[in-house]
Amino acid sequence: MFKPSWDLERSQSVERHTLTVLVDNEPGVLARVVGLFSARGFNIDSLTVSETEHDRHRSRITIVTVATPKVLAQIKLQLERLVPVHRVHDLTAEGESLERELALIKVAGKGENRVETLRLAEAFRANVVDASIDSFVFEITGRPSKVEQFISLMQPLGLVEVVRTGLTAISRGKEGM
Amino acid sequence: MAEQMTGAEMVIQALVDQGVEHIFGYPGGAVLPIYDAIFQNDKVEHILVRHEQGATHAAEGYARSTGKCGVVLVTSGPGATNAVTGLTDALLDSIPMVCITGQVPTPLIGSDAFQECDTVGITRNCTKHNYLVKSVEDLPRILHEAFYVATSGRPGPVVIDIPKDVQFALGSYANPNITSHPTYKPQMEGELDAIKIAVDMMLKAERPVFYTGGGVINSGDEATKSLREIAELTGFPVTSTLMGLGAYPADGEQWLGMLGMHGTYEANMAMHDCDLMICVGARFDDRITGRIDAFSPNSRKIHIDIDPSSINKNIVVDLPIVGDCSHVLEEMVRLWRSKTNAPRTDDIQPWLQQIDKWREVKSLRYEKSDDVIKPQYAIERLYELTKERDVYITTEVGQHQMWAAQHFHFNQPNRWMTSGGLGTMGYGLPAAVGVQVAHRDALVIDIAGEASVQMTMQEMSTAVQYGLPIKIFILNNEYMGMVRQWQELLHGGRYSNSYSDSLPDFVKMAEAFGAYGIMCDDPKELDDKIMEMIEIDKPVLFDCRVTKEENCLPMIPSGKAHHEMILPDTADIGNIIDEKGKVLV
Repeated sequence: MFKPSWDLERSQSVERHTLTVLVDNEPGVLARVVGLFSARGFNIDSLTVSETEHDRHRSRITIVTVATPKVLAQIKLQLERLVPVHRVHDLTAEGESLERELALIKVAGKGENRVETLRLAEAFRANVVDASIDSFVFEITGRPSKVEQFISLMQPLGLVEVVRTGLTAISRGKEGM
Repeated sequence: MAEQMTGAEMVIQALVDQGVEHIFGYPGGAVLPIYDAIFQNDKVEHILVRHEQGATHAAEGYARSTGKCGVVLVTSGPGATNAVTGLTDALLDSIPMVCITGQVPTPLIGSDAFQECDTVGITRNCTKHNYLVKSVEDLPRILHEAFYVATSGRPGPVVIDIPKDVQFALGSYANPNITSHPTYKPQMEGELDAIKIAVDMMLKAERPVFYTGGGVINSGDEATKSLREIAELTGFPVTSTLMGLGAYPADGEQWLGMLGMHGTYEANMAMHDCDLMICVGARFDDRITGRIDAFSPNSRKIHIDIDPSSINKNIVVDLPIVGDCSHVLEEMVRLWRSKTNAPRTDDIQPWLQQIDKWREVKSLRYEKSDDVIKPQYAIERLYELTKERDVYITTEVGQHQMWAAQHFHFNQPNRWMTSGGLGTMGYGLPAAVGVQVAHRDALVIDIAGEASVQMTMQEMSTAVQYGLPIKIFILNNEYMGMVRQWQELLHGGRYSNSYSDSLPDFVKMAEAFGAYGIMCDDPKELDDKIMEMIEIDKPVLFDCRVTKEENCLPMIPSGKAHHEMILPDTADIGNIIDEKGKVLV
């Protein structure tokens, strides 16, 4: 059904949206998507990509971007213009979605700090995936805010380094993309 | 029936199957197998250019004057990089083009081999789509898919990068007859509900205007026909972008002239003061809108475009209609007819009278002279002396281009080839070559500037080789005129590097190429010399010496709105543009 776009200029303030993009997993497809963002001055806050349907060679790309409603609409339309792109969904605009991120976090320390580190990890349900006499590597999964919070708590306890996968997301309910 | 053949032979066979009669190209190491296949075929004629950029512009001229796809063949490395300007030009002006590039053999890709470049990487952002063919099995599908993508929906350039080993490899070829694509699905038909609302809005409008663009021309003859029909049925005035000239006839009564930065006063004022704007196949480009926040402040806007991403990109519209304009206009005509049979000329009389008052400003007027040739006068005479002929006009980029758009008048589509979006100096001469290849008996004129034309002058040699009697009509003012004009407007008349010093003798140059040279600096001799140019069955370089420091007016200065135009009698143009406007281009 035809939708007028009178309300597009309603807001000049930026919003954070999670887009999920279904693409053919062919050489250069990621470069096309990323190149589009850089060429048109759109933001990428987070990007994850992996093949999700091996038999059909299809990948899902999850992009977190920050833009005004007008630019968000442009981003979606520009992505849909790329030949290997099947569909683009704005998960944030389309209602509730599940968002998860995985991080591996290395913390070094001894004595009291080490005990405190383990206690916090338990509270956050972070798993110990590597341990030595004076260090741990934790694996934590959750919403980005939870990961963020855990990292900041580790900071004073001997945080060495962090790697994060970036956000991946899926819609709630029975409907697929 | 699948046939066994080499990749190179598949290329030629696919061109034949696509109905391609001419390709523009330049050989080199990585495309030799394809050139060998060309040598052995008699269906596709290859036009050898002198520089790969020339091949791309020639293909653009060919495409735009015929409605067919332009085809380019170049080698790897520098062949491909030289084609980049023309690819970008075709992308911005939505010209259908397939460009086949040679590539080093697959085992050498990534090794910095001789004449290797990352062609698909370099051209990713300046093509509608591109392919690197890694296996000969994929080649038949990719060749045909490329034509489908280039010519369907919003047209554009597509690159096929073929490594040399794939050109030699044997495989089986069959024409897959591609008419759809799993992911790429342009929306051709506009939503009927939206078109109904559009017609309702048009029935109520008091100050309507049609703003049409290159999309009408790309959409084909049916779109032009329907546009003329809906204009006649409604009685609404029509203006057009640079790219759309000819879709609505310039001798039509409802014609306002071109709009935009160098458009007419009446067209721009109508855009500014209208209460309903019906945009057909145009994209609210910055040359059209002027200052965005002051653009047509009191109008409701309907936008018909085949590309959904054009909607609300620059200007937020009230009613978007995504679809091919030939279909949408046809529906609009049908729905309009079901509501009324009489044009609304009487209802919108006050608006038409207001437009007539704006017309009286005569914004294209200029000071006449008996001693020197005014550039506007030269175009006017060129128009008058050629208008009864089968004429095609190409241009370079700059003042001469705008004067041509203002003073040469187009009553048919596909007669006007110019670089609108990218503004590529050097476009016109090779484009004229391409147009003449497609229309051997037509009069093809490149309206040029002395600076632009030197950028691709080598293609004169192509014109001579193939007996293409193109006419290069140079408005020679010894300046990069538009650069000089902007330096006068913005930089206190400090003409930094905009003087065309050490110009060649164009007459001698023409002779050196085996073409014909004419020089004219006297307005009294102009007509005779233009006639001489037309009569000669050879490529001609016409060195028309015009006023040196003439400004191209009227003009919407950068950072200003439509109603703030500089008119021909505006004094002291150096103090008009403010600091904010200076930053804009």
